[in-house]
Amino acid sequence: MVEVNNIDMDAEPLEMLVNMGPQHPSTHGVFRMVLWIDGEKVVRAESHIGYLHRGSEKLCEGEQYHQIITLFDRLDYISNFNNEMVFCRAVEKLMGIEVPERAEYVRVILCELNRIASHLLFLGTFGLDAGAMTPVMLTFRGRERIQSVFEAISGARMMHNYFRVGGIKEDLPANFEQLVSDLLPDLRADVEEADKLLTYNEVFIARTKGIGVIDTETAVDYGLTGPCLRACGVPYDVRKAEPYSVYDRFDFDVPVGIDGDSWERYYVRVEEMYQSLNIIDQALEQIPSGPVSTLGRRLIRPPKGDVYVRSENPRGEIGVYLVSDGTDKPYRVKVRPPSFCNLSVLEVLLKDTWVADAVIILGSLDIVLGEVDR
Amino acid sequence: MLSSLKGMLITLVSTVKGLRAPVTRQYPSVPTPVQPRYMGFPALTWDEKVDEPYCTACMVCIRNCPTLCMSATMMDNPLQKEGKSSRKKIVETFEINLNRCILCGICVEVCNFDAIVMSHEHELSTYERNGDRLGQRYQKETDWIPPTELAKQAKAAAQPREQKEGAPAASGEPKA
Ligand code: SF4
Ligand code: SF4
Repeated sequence: MVEVNNIDMDAEPLEMLVNMGPQHPSTHGVFRMVLWIDGEKVVRAESHIGYLHRGSEKLCEGEQYHQIITLFDRLDYISNFNNEMVFCRAVEKLMGIEVPERAEYVRVILCELNRIASHLLFLGTFGLDAGAMTPVMLTFRGRERIQSVFEAISGARMMHNYFRVGGIKEDLPANFEQLVSDLLPDLRADVEEADKLLTYNEVFIARTKGIGVIDTETAVDYGLTGPCLRACGVPYDVRKAEPYSVYDRFDFDVPVGIDGDSWERYYVRVEEMYQSLNIIDQALEQIPSGPVSTLGRRLIRPPKGDVYVRSENPRGEIGVYLVSDGTDKPYRVKVRPPSFCNLSVLEVLLKDTWVADAVIILGSLDIVLGEVDR
Repeated sequence: MLSSLKGMLITLVSTVKGLRAPVTRQYPSVPTPVQPRYMGFPALTWDEKVDEPYCTACMVCIRNCPTLCMSATMMDNPLQKEGKSSRKKIVETFEINLNRCILCGICVEVCNFDAIVMSHEHELSTYERNGDRLGQRYQKETDWIPPTELAKQAKAAAQPREQKEGAPAASGEPKA
């Protein structure tokens, strides 16, 4: 029997190793987090990735340019259009071709819709992480609406393969106006509903406010981008900092936080959804008619050279470094995935937190393992 | 406390709304409608006029498929010798390994003969391991008509009316 009075209070704490994942309901994919815990406290954390590694970058070297778009669909499988966009832009920059106005507007509309779909998914699952069961039901309904429109436009709900180098695959369907005018009011209502339901819920605030605080310096040091960085008060958004496509023609704000805690990372995303809705409204007003593709079905053979292109994904800044040797297949494709860089800060964040908060902190970073592991 | 009550109210409102318009579909018994552009598994089209597939096994789609899941063999067209068809070569066997197909639609885009379309077929589960290898499953076997074919038919139906006065023997006979 242990004598209670004789416990050595200065003894080294007993650390226990706990595996969270790779199959854990709260890890958003096959992600393994090893926690050294002392009682309920996390002493040290380590993230183990690679369970979803498919060798996408290497696969790109063996595929022709128009086939690679299908691989980019599968990187961040929740925001497919944004991924297609960055690859198409990389090849376009290398070849020095212009994209027709209409195609640019279509791309922007689809990317912003995809951003909303992605953030809606985050909103629902983050609610689940914090113990709120209802929001996920409501947000999935909104996401489903968007995906039906995607299906009508591109023919697929998720793996669209719709953007092409130099434009898009085919023009919007004839009933596009109808589809979008049906979608947008419902979507705005969905976003507002989920926002009202979760944002100022006392339990939710108690679970997320002040949890997983990242200060600005750490955020910049670790290369965080997207909502994770903006929650710390850095108004950095590639759409504003280095406007690509036709983003310079829209009037929108970049929502920023102050404290950089989990709640603000959540709230920045909610605000971004409203901004995206604004962008879509403006784009629908301005969208011109005309051709949608410059290259058509021609074989894509960029000149020798390399190029780096970045754009704003729902999760942060995605970059593509493309090296071409003048053939119809790229020499090297390197992707800078936002989730991967955002995940690197996890070990710092989890130090000296409670085990129960580990789930919230991981959820607030909003990682997609398809992109982390590639 | 107040916010929880507010949350419950929102849930109640959306539940009542949901009761009025249910979004759940009893999927396997009630088929889900798909959009016109939906990309299901690819299928070859059938030329009703000469009763043969459009596909000439030119291998363009096979070379462009990102997952290398198709194969085809070519043969001399027997109908051409009989003078019924203008195609010299015709597809003999055509196989798509649907286990590997990612429904990307590239094969449809590259085909120069509009011989392959993305059908609306998406329920092809079988009991054998290789049961879902698409042999010569032509469009004819499914009752779905591809939009390209519909457009052609509409065009063909519109044309003869104008041509009738000038050239009655139009070769592009509409086929319903
Ligand atoms: S489907 Fe078209 S591209 Fe493919 S082999 Fe047949 S004719 Fe050629
Ligand atoms: S849809 Fe794509 S993966 Fe499937 S057969 Fe056609 S090219 Fe290959």
